[in-house]
Amino acid sequence: MFDQLSERLQSTLSDVRKRGKLTEDDVDKAMREIRLALLEADVNFKVVKSFTTKVKERCLGADVLGSLNPGQQVVKIVNEELTELMGGAGRDLVFSQKGITVILMAGLQGSGKTTATAKLAMLLKKEGRNVALAACDVYRPAAIKQLETVGKRAGAVVYQQGADADPVEIAAWALDKAKEEGRDVLIIDTAGRLHVDADLMDELARIRKRTRPHNVLLVVDAMTGQDAVGVAESFSEAAEFDGVIISKLDGDARGGAALSVKAVTGKPILFASTGEKLEDFDRFHPDRMAGRILGMGDVLSLIEKAEAQVSEDEAEELQRKMANEQFTLEDFLKQMRQVRKMGPIGNLMGMMPGMGAMKQLKDVDVDEGELDRVEAIILSMTPEERAFPELIKGSRRRRIAEGSGTKIQQVNNLVKQFDQMRRLMKQMATGNMPDPQQLARMTGKVQRPKVRRR
Amino acid sequence: MSTSWNDILDLGDRAPREVPQVEEEDSPKKLGAFSRLRESLSKSRRALTEEISSSLFDRIDDETWERLEEALIYADAGATTTASVVEKLEHEVDAGQVPADGEAIKARLIEILAEIASTNRAPINLSAEPAVLLMTGVNGTGKTTTIGKIAWHLQKEFGLSVLLGAADTYRAAAAEQLTTWAERSGAGIVRSNEGADPGSVAFDTINAAKARGSDVVIIDTAGRLHTQSNLMDELGKVRRVIEKQLPGAPHETLISIDATTGQNGLRQAKAFAEATPLDGVVLTKLDGTAKGGITLAIATELGIPVKLIGAGEKLEDLRPFDPDDFAHALLDEG
Ligand SMILES: Nc1nc2c(ncn2[C@@H]2O[C@H](COP(=O)(O)OP(=O)(O)OP(=O)(O)O)[C@@H](O)[C@H]2O)c(=O)[nH]1
Ligand SMILES: [Mg+2]
Repeated sequence: MFDQLSERLQSTLSDVRKRGKLTEDDVDKAMREIRLALLEADVNFKVVKSFTTKVKERCLGADVLGSLNPGQQVVKIVNEELTELMGGAGRDLVFSQKGITVILMAGLQGSGKTTATAKLAMLLKKEGRNVALAACDVYRPAAIKQLETVGKRAGAVVYQQGADADPVEIAAWALDKAKEEGRDVLIIDTAGRLHVDADLMDELARIRKRTRPHNVLLVVDAMTGQDAVGVAESFSEAAEFDGVIISKLDGDARGGAALSVKAVTGKPILFASTGEKLEDFDRFHPDRMAGRILGMGDVLSLIEKAEAQVSEDEAEELQRKMANEQFTLEDFLKQMRQVRKMGPIGNLMGMMPGMGAMKQLKDVDVDEGELDRVEAIILSMTPEERAFPELIKGSRRRRIAEGSGTKIQQVNNLVKQFDQMRRLMKQMATGNMPDPQQLARMTGKVQRPKVRRR
Repeated sequence: MSTSWNDILDLGDRAPREVPQVEEEDSPKKLGAFSRLRESLSKSRRALTEEISSSLFDRIDDETWERLEEALIYADAGATTTASVVEKLEHEVDAGQVPADGEAIKARLIEILAEIASTNRAPINLSAEPAVLLMTGVNGTGKTTTIGKIAWHLQKEFGLSVLLGAADTYRAAAAEQLTTWAERSGAGIVRSNEGADPGSVAFDTINAAKARGSDVVIIDTAGRLHTQSNLMDELGKVRRVIEKQLPGAPHETLISIDATTGQNGLRQAKAFAEATPLDGVVLTKLDGTAKGGITLAIATELGIPVKLIGAGEKLEDLRPFDPDDFAHALLDEG
């Protein structure tokens, strides 16, 4: 329901363009939408409050005469602030100058520590380090066996003393052993624990004291709700963690918890765990996360890419042409090439504000081969035909089809679709979002949303 | 008063073989799960909730409603549920149906929340012989632990014989984990190798249960993200295998939802319900500070009720869900 943030902002702010400036009332309206979107994404409500206050200040009086519409302008500011809040000073793992580097893993039950431990081991191994793991979860049945299995898959040796030993002693012993054996990195896997469990939090603090880790990492499930803040605060107190691993990001959770944790503890998110395979683990990109939290794709990079590709003048000219239905096939070809330069069309669709909301379009299966064909067809037209597609009839069609190695029917379709598009563009340029049905018809190839039935 | 095990289990014609002495809530030493939850509040958290509940209904103005909204949002009830609950309450106060008095409003609010939490209430259906219970849910939400706890209760309090099926053949050491729970609870277990077909493990388990005359079969499944369509399809397949092997089974399919889960919990339940019809939710990890408010949305939008709650990692840390207790705990009201 909040997938439509961008559209809702655009409609909320539709009359702003005439005035040129965002008033306090406009901004308040916009902030209400932003607040809902952030809450829906599980951003902690206190964080939401302070965040919207800050964004409001920046939006007030912001110049909306640029190439972006007021809704996009607000989204851009929100996006920038979100990215800023989530990123900040980029920090990576700290590696010891000489000797072993120790990493301590911590988190709630079921947050994904053991899997993250193996994945991190795999990543560090790939970077050429010799990694060992310490099995300090003596509580959950078969946790040690699990670590042994996934450790083996990651190519890391696992030190364990069974489930009857004391976790603090296991950790200290494993560290000695890892040093002896000349390992580069020791990752200590610990049992999941509740932040309110005083005994276990104390145990974690003691493991920390004994092993003096260079990095303490908190594993946070991307699906965590409002509780994330309290959890992070408690872990910060007991274990003074240095960074966060966000797990299960391959699901469809917006992951607002990540933002909350960063906002409240100031600790950066270092890694994201994104899949079943051990390789599905990577350094975290705050810019991608902002769009995800807003539920609207990678807005900023799209805006930036678009800005870099199309100069302001060109943009204005295009806008004018679109509004007057004077957009030609030549313009279309140019646009299409520019867009294709940005990357595969499928990705771009996802990045497009508003496209996320249109369920039909989300599943549009863009056929790059089809686009090649469209290019070939346009290239076989004369400049006159490109400017006035209504000229394309009878023998012209045959010539174009032959020239581009396509069928007459395909040339017909292109001309017809272009005509529909031109009308649609007029609507968009004059500020009306097109009806998704219409868009879907235009793009032709639409996959039905998958409905699973028994 | 609170929902008891007898309320939440439908054992059919089976007479309990032992007199259940489960009313632990009454004994002074054993507090209800929710009281324990309140007891264990961290300092910062307690400060916050006190701030909310003490000033919540002192005066009734815009701020009251706003704070109320915040309390519900904080409990992960979500913007939609929160808005509709608060709107309804505000409307009732405006219309004079509820006196504009702090205590009365609070009581009515708890009533509304409990009503939502009571949507489609029904006992866990274990009347068949053998009764088959299928446990599903996202990774790490507490499926295997919950199975161990359920098995223990059925054995110990009701004298039923329980057979577990280790159909999580995917995660490393999953079968070992379930084996430990089988040993702890006194249940039997059927398992296969890692990588074996989960459907065939379910098949073997039901066959074994028929042969042994077990009362209840509980099938553990691998944790999966609801977005992994191949794994969701696989779950549907496991269900079909069970159904084919024993018409009418599974008699009860549960999803475990971690109380810490935010708004994504609704999508989880929705996707799982599409893969295999769900009869209920087990709300786990309520011994932390999270409230599990997302189950309100699951009840409203999907009509799936919470049946059991998990509040700890030990065998005895499982309880019948009580809507009224839950509503109180959501607002930190005893
Ligand atoms: N504090 C607390 N921890 C719990 C509860 N239920 C389960 N856990 C813990 O949560 C972790 C995951 O539980 P599992 O039972 O393994 O969860 P699962 O859903 O079977 O996990 P996968 O099979 O890996 O998907 C373990 O460390 C459990 O001890 C609960 O009610 N409270
Ligand atoms: Mg399990």
